Amino acid sequence: MVEHKGAHSVISHLILLLGALLVLFPLYIALVAASHPAEALIGTTPLWFGPRLSENFGSVLGHGLQAAGGAPVWRMLLNSTIMAVGISLGKILISLLSAFAIVYFRLPGRQICFFLIFVTLMLPVEIRIVPTFEVANHLGLINNYPGLIFPLIASATATFLYRQFFLTIPDELLEAARIDGAGPWRFFRDVVLPLSRTNTAALFVVTFIYGWNQYLWPLLITNQESMYTVVMAIQRMVNVPDAPVEWNLVMTTALLGLLPPLLVVLGMQRLFIKGLIETEK
Amino acid sequence: MQEKRYAFAAPRDFALAVCFILPQLVVTGLFFFYPAGQAVLGSFFMEDAFGLSKEFVGLENYRRLAESGEYLHSAWVSLVFSLSTVLLSMGLALVLAVTADQAIKGGKFYKSAVIIPYAVAPPLAGVLWMFLFNPSGGAMTRILAGLGVSWNHMLDGDQAMILIIIAASWKQISYNFLFFLAGLQAIPKSLIEAAAIDGAGFWRRFLGIVFPLLSPTTFFLLVVNTIYTLFETFGIVHAVTSGGPAQATSTLIYKVYNDGFVGLDFGGSSAQSVVLMIIVMALTFAQFHFVEKKVAYQ
Repeated sequence: MVEHKGAHSVISHLILLLGALLVLFPLYIALVAASHPAEALIGTTPLWFGPRLSENFGSVLGHGLQAAGGAPVWRMLLNSTIMAVGISLGKILISLLSAFAIVYFRLPGRQICFFLIFVTLMLPVEIRIVPTFEVANHLGLINNYPGLIFPLIASATATFLYRQFFLTIPDELLEAARIDGAGPWRFFRDVVLPLSRTNTAALFVVTFIYGWNQYLWPLLITNQESMYTVVMAIQRMVNVPDAPVEWNLVMTTALLGLLPPLLVVLGMQRLFIKGLIETEK
Repeated sequence: MQEKRYAFAAPRDFALAVCFILPQLVVTGLFFFYPAGQAVLGSFFMEDAFGLSKEFVGLENYRRLAESGEYLHSAWVSLVFSLSTVLLSMGLALVLAVTADQAIKGGKFYKSAVIIPYAVAPPLAGVLWMFLFNPSGGAMTRILAGLGVSWNHMLDGDQAMILIIIAASWKQISYNFLFFLAGLQAIPKSLIEAAAIDGAGFWRRFLGIVFPLLSPTTFFLLVVNTIYTLFETFGIVHAVTSGGPAQATSTLIYKVYNDGFVGLDFGGSSAQSVVLMIIVMALTFAQFHFVEKKVAYQ
C-alpha cells in the first residue's frame, strides 16, 4: 500500500469518522427521542437518553398511535415479516426454476422467455400502478397476504444471477448424471440445488430487504389496519390530521420498522454484499 | 446468447421445463406486461367525469401533458431532485470509498456504519430526517436557527426540496459506497504503486489512474441512481412532503400516483406512466450498450 502513515492516516480517519457520524446521527437522535415522554419533545429535541425507552416500545407494539387509528405495531411487524419472507421465497423459487429451464433444456422459444423476463427490469411497479392495482382487484388480492406478495415476486435480476451461475457449472456434472440415469428433476434436486446454496442465501438477504422495505404497493393494496405493514403505516403517523405529531412514538415505530433489515445487513454482511453486487451487475 | 454444450433435448422432458418456466411467465404476464399494455392503451382514451364511458382521443392526453404547466413543473422538480441527489450521494460515497479502500485500522467499523442506511426503507429515512428538521424544535432546525436560518419546510418549497434531497442521498450512500469500493478493489494495486514510485502524488494518481479505471462503475451507478431517484424515492416524497408545499416537491412519480389514485384521471396518469416507461427504457438500453462495449474491449 501507498501512503498510509502519519498525517495521511489521520485525515483518512477523520473523513471516515465524519461519514460514520453523518450516517449514524439520525438514528442516534431517533433512539434518544424514543426514550422520552411526549412532553419532553415539545418545541425541542433532547440529545441524551430519557427514562421511557421500554415503555414507548411496549406502548407502540401493543396499542400503536391513538391519533393514527391505534393499530398495534406488533401486527404490522408480523405483516411485514410475512410479506418480506413471502416475496423472498417466491422470487427465489420462480427464478431458480425458470433459470434452470432456460439453461438446461433445448426448449423452443427459451430465448424469447428470457428476453421477456429480462424486460421486466424496465417496468418498475411505480410506473404501472393504476392498471396493476386493477388486475389485483379483479383477482381478489386486496387486503390479504397473497396480494402483498404475488405481484412483487417476478425477478429479472434473480433469474439472471441463477442463469449466469448455472452456466459456470461444469458440463461434466450433467454428463455424469445422465450416465447414471438421472433425469432433469433428479439433476436439479441433487446437483444444481445444493451447488446454488451460497447464491440462494445471498439472494435471500437482498430480496428480504427489498420485500420488507416495500411502500407503494402495500399502500395501494391494503385499507384495513389489520393488514398494514410497518413501513407503509409510518406515513399515517406523521400526517395525523388536527393533532401534534407524537414524535417519541413515531421514532419508536420507525426504529422497529428498520431494525429487522438492519440486523440482517449487519449480521450477514458478507452474504449481503455478495448478493447486492452480484444481482445488480 | 451463451448456451450449454449439453442439455435435455428430449421432447418428453419439455413438460417439466414448461412447468418450471411457467410460474415466472404467469407472474410477469399478469402483473407486468398486461398492466403495462393497459397503461399504453389507456393513454389513448379519456374517461368522463363519472367514469361511465371511455372515448378514444388519440394523442390528446399526451398533448395535454406537453401543454400542462403543472406537468412541466413536475418534470423540472424531478430534474432538480434527481440531479442533486445523484451528485450528492455519489460524491460523498466516492470520497468515503476512496478513503476506506486504504488499509487503515478500524476500517471494518467504518464500513459497517456506512452500509446501515441501505437497510432503512426510503419513507423511514424520510421520517428520520423530517424529525431532525421538524420546524418546532428539531435538532437541525435549532442549529440552523443559531446560524440565523429560519427553517420551515412545510411553508418553504426550496427547503422542502432540500429536505427530501438530504433524506434520499443519505439512504443511497451505502449502495454507492459498496459499489465504488468493489470497483476500487478491482483496480490492480501494482498500477497505483508504480505511479507512486514514479513520484505521482495522490491527486495525480486519482485523476490519472483511479478515476478513469473506475468509470464503468461510475456510469453504472449514474444509471441506477437516476432510476432510484425517479421511482424508489416515491416513499420519501409521499411520507414527508406529500408533494408540497404548493407542488414544490411533486416529482413525476408522485404526480402519476396523485393524478391516478387521488385525482382519478386514468388517461392522464397512463400517459404519464408511458412517458416514464420510455425514460427507463432509454436508461436501461444506455446501460447495456455500455456494458457490452466494456466486455468487448476487455
